Amino acid sequence: MEDFEELGMAWFRRQEKGIITPTEQKKETPDGLWHKCDSCKHIMLMREHKQNAYTCLNCGYHARIGSAEYFELLFDDQQFTELDPNISSANPLNFEDTKPYLKRIQQAQETSKLKDALRSAYGTLQGIPITIACMDFAFIGGSMGSVVGEKIARAVDYSIKHKTPFLCISRSGGARMMEAGFSLMQMAKTAAKLALLADAKLPYISLLTDPTTGGVSASYGMLGDLNIAEPNALIGFAGPRVIRETIGKDLPKGFQTAEYLLEHGFLDFIVHRKELKKTLARVLKMLL
Amino acid sequence: MLLDFEKPIVELEEKLAQMKKTLDLSNPTNQKIIQSFEQNILELKKETYQNLTRWQKVQLSRHADRPYTLDYIQAICTDFIELHGDRCFADDKAMVGGLGTVEGQTFMFIGQQKGRSTKQRQLRNFGMANPEGYRKALRLMKLAEKFNKPIVTLIDTPGAFPGIEAEERGQAEAIARNIQEMFRIKVPIISIIIGEGASGGALGIAVGDRVLMLENTWYSVISPESCSSILWRSWDYKEQAAEALKLTAQDMLGYKLIDGIIPEPLGGAHTNPQEMYLIFKKYLLETYQELAKIPTKKLLSQRINKFCSMGVFIE
Ligand SMILES: [Zn+2]
Repeated sequence: MEDFEELGMAWFRRQEKGIITPTEQKKETPDGLWHKCDSCKHIMLMREHKQNAYTCLNCGYHARIGSAEYFELLFDDQQFTELDPNISSANPLNFEDTKPYLKRIQQAQETSKLKDALRSAYGTLQGIPITIACMDFAFIGGSMGSVVGEKIARAVDYSIKHKTPFLCISRSGGARMMEAGFSLMQMAKTAAKLALLADAKLPYISLLTDPTTGGVSASYGMLGDLNIAEPNALIGFAGPRVIRETIGKDLPKGFQTAEYLLEHGFLDFIVHRKELKKTLARVLKMLL
Repeated sequence: MLLDFEKPIVELEEKLAQMKKTLDLSNPTNQKIIQSFEQNILELKKETYQNLTRWQKVQLSRHADRPYTLDYIQAICTDFIELHGDRCFADDKAMVGGLGTVEGQTFMFIGQQKGRSTKQRQLRNFGMANPEGYRKALRLMKLAEKFNKPIVTLIDTPGAFPGIEAEERGQAEAIARNIQEMFRIKVPIISIIIGEGASGGALGIAVGDRVLMLENTWYSVISPESCSSILWRSWDYKEQAAEALKLTAQDMLGYKLIDGIIPEPLGGAHTNPQEMYLIFKKYLLETYQELAKIPTKKLLSQRINKFCSMGVFIE
């Protein structure tokens, strides 16, 4: 699990304040709500932003949306059936840092209206039956613990049973520290399930979004038949701060961006969110 | 190098050595004095090592005199040939491997290697492998599979290396690939944590049919120091972080996240390496005998099912 302050979301502080939406600046106006781009600060109508697949009309910045938005963007007629919606975190280690773990979970559930950091669902995408798992960064930095691992495992089981392709959308700082050894083993668990999916010759597409690091990139994130990413997403194993501190040097410009990974051979392609559904359909039609 | 809790014991041991030199040992009274002194040291040792905190175990796992991967290999193998390179980019000195014979049985040994001198530490990159290390490990595992040789992985790493080149060459992909491919390897895999087992860098060679931890080692998702710096926003809470992470062999076995513990000599592996090697060899061979009886298909499905059952949640 990486340092989220550094990854730009600062969920610790924001959680204290009870703020969790990716867009802090919202204002009631007669026309509805305004959205301010987190990158260029351009102001646009929320409706326009949504119509643009939650990307900035000015600079193209891909806002850090969650499972609700991706499901709405990808499933036909926004129709889908959620899998295992009620699984939530236990506290196997009785973990307590500055706050008891279950209290953190409870607060994250209240502010994000989510059960944990991943939701999974099935439906169709341009008519193709598909199972999609999507991470929610708003929930403790999209960190992967037992719930995320189990939900991916079951979503893959569903894919195998119903012979559907599997799409996983990652946006995560990595494994969740508060479940320590259990979180670590979710890397093995998800990789094992994906091996079974591969044995069944069903496509697995891994979409990496901003940011994806640590135990998520080092397990299911990088194991797609196709690894694809959104433009400019930060993707890596170690977070930039850790690397900077280890080597004692500034990092090159563009380091660990999706474009950098593409250049170094770790992605199949980068896709703009507006083209995502169409592109997935094209690829799946060719594979299936 | 001495750890805080080792000092009183070593002081007494030095005193004992002194007494043995100066006292007339043919005198029965002196013999008794020595005996009772030895008994006191043993009591103190037991008292100390049975009550180690989690952080103290972390310190022991990193002890500078602790046996490293190649020490175990050289001690237990009658023959060993080191094999190098990932066939793509380089030979990673932080990850070693090769074929070794123990009691007539050939094993493929793979493990992170730490260095002892400053120069060696740098050469071995402090046991932090780059992607080519993980790819070399996978190459050797596939070689072992081809010739039907069981695999032994020895885990001792503060983590996979976080560097520019490591990212450039796909550290995340290399680790992910290893973890997944290890589920497909059709020979028994025994993974033993001999020192530090930090996060994905450890798991990248630790998907074993049996995962064992030496008594004074740790295995978790993050080091206590890094955990402290992220959750407490300070490096000063490493003891608390170690407690919270429940990262010892005893914790991990209790949660069924590993399969067994290999005992160490009283005082830790470094206080009696020869005894440690004997214990290590015994456990290794016993574990192998057990795994060798399992048909391959069953072995692989058990491996998958074991890891897939890990996780605690409410539904
Ligand atoms: Zn913008």
